[in-house]
Amino acid sequence: MRERRGKEFYVLAIFFTVFVIFLYGPVSAILILSFQGPNGGLTFPMNGVSIHWFFALFGEQLVGDFKAAFLRSLQLGLVVMVVTIFVSVLTGLAFRKKFFGSTFLFYTTVSSLIVPSILVSLGIGLLYNLMEWEAAWYSSGMGAHLTWTLPFGFLIMIAVFNRFDRSYEEAAKDLGASNWQTIRYVVLPIIAPSLIGVALFGFTLSYDEFARTLMTSGVKNTLPLEIFGMTTNVTTPTLYALGTLTTIFSLVVILTAMGIVFYMQKRRERFGTDAGKGV
Amino acid sequence: MKRYNPIVLIAQVSPISAILGLFLIVPIATILIVSFWDYSEFMLLPDFVWTNYYDTLSSFVTYKTYLNTFKYTILTWFFTLLIGFPVSYFLCFHVRTLRWQIVLFLICTIPFWTSNIIRMISWIPFLGRNGVFNSMLISLGLTNEPLEFLLFSDFAIVLAFVHLYTLFMVVPIFNSMMRIDRSVLEAAIDAGANGWQVLTNIVIPLCKPGIAIGSIFVVTLVMGDYITVRMMGGGLRASVGVMMWNEISLLLYPPAAANAVVLLVVVLILVSLMMRVVDLKKEL
Repeated sequence: MRERRGKEFYVLAIFFTVFVIFLYGPVSAILILSFQGPNGGLTFPMNGVSIHWFFALFGEQLVGDFKAAFLRSLQLGLVVMVVTIFVSVLTGLAFRKKFFGSTFLFYTTVSSLIVPSILVSLGIGLLYNLMEWEAAWYSSGMGAHLTWTLPFGFLIMIAVFNRFDRSYEEAAKDLGASNWQTIRYVVLPIIAPSLIGVALFGFTLSYDEFARTLMTSGVKNTLPLEIFGMTTNVTTPTLYALGTLTTIFSLVVILTAMGIVFYMQKRRERFGTDAGKGV
Repeated sequence: MKRYNPIVLIAQVSPISAILGLFLIVPIATILIVSFWDYSEFMLLPDFVWTNYYDTLSSFVTYKTYLNTFKYTILTWFFTLLIGFPVSYFLCFHVRTLRWQIVLFLICTIPFWTSNIIRMISWIPFLGRNGVFNSMLISLGLTNEPLEFLLFSDFAIVLAFVHLYTLFMVVPIFNSMMRIDRSVLEAAIDAGANGWQVLTNIVIPLCKPGIAIGSIFVVTLVMGDYITVRMMGGGLRASVGVMMWNEISLLLYPPAAANAVVLLVVVLILVSLMMRVVDLKKEL
């Protein structure tokens, strides 16, 4: 299939490029506009270049307490990430065989993605209300986030184990490894790059989650709620400055995760074993 | 094959069952129960009445709102598919090396891991009264006055939806396309099929599961949305989610709950229609 590129290729390549510009253009615009001069507004043109709005952001008069909100979102994201990895792996291991109720559990988990977020938010809010439990970002909020991150982690693990070559495990068992040793020293290292993927989903989806957080976070805001609050009462590029910071943070997280996966794969190639072929 | 040790199995599935039980199933059951309750100004009154459903289903506003939500859903679905299919097609069949496929695929998926709110805010500099689009139109002489309808309009809402959710279409369609055996395509070409025939007789039919999964994502996300419509519509546009959200803000929980149940039923019907094309377990 090494024939010359046809007209179709160029048309589609242009289409794809326009799509990428459409994806990234708007966000790049706010990255640029956050460096607006002190007299600049929310739209182009740039009225000078400054970091005025970043200072304004840390000044705290105009905006809410975004630092505390950031710390909350960060902690929540990390906890949700760890729980998502742990629970997804356990569930993935269980789903390697059929068991009583496996179909029900499968569709319940998938439906967690499909049920509109506002229902999850309202339902958890109502439940806490009626039970007179106190809703908070680290309890009800965390539960709400898990209903969104777990299905992703679960589906990834199902896909991973569907491609998993079980002869590695059988070899380990034949050599006398216990069940736990097989998992710890054979299965987990093989699926490690996929776990980084699950971690990325767990952290970022929680860190950015809005719809399922709104009624479940109690009195203290997570970062997305704080940003949403700002959109109604902040009409300066401070909003963009915060948007820039949190987007850069997300990008660092995403690229770090990808970097780790890349490094793991390189390392496997370098050591020349066939241990990675099962993934 | 050895059978599972039941204790190990229970240990493996109990965390997910507990979490989804407490934060998904019980809350939805709560909504169902509360939807039959009565309420006064300050409190919920446990009861079994149909008034909340009656009020919802007999109101003209409900139907109008659903119609409007369907409009957003259909438009978003149409455009995400129109964009998502060629993008996946390009990635799958025209990018020749795996390395570039991975790089370009990741470029398409990175925005998924960033904040939706920021991605919505980022349209302000473009669509606002003094935004890029208006300046462009004026300098091209296409209009004298800035167009007011760009921000806070149906146009902005659908644009934001397409911007946010095209990814959800690209990933499953790409996944389906990558499973197509290339020799089938070559056989078709050898048998004299032209590009269009290959597309319509082979690629599209084999992509149906991917298209269906993407559609399920897009349709459910748009049907249940309240934040995009609120932000991009400037609080002036209605959708089912916004209607529910307004009731929730007024602490009218039983009517909101009834609305939620109706929405859930509608969404489940739509999903089950789309699921006829897919065997989800085979797609993983």
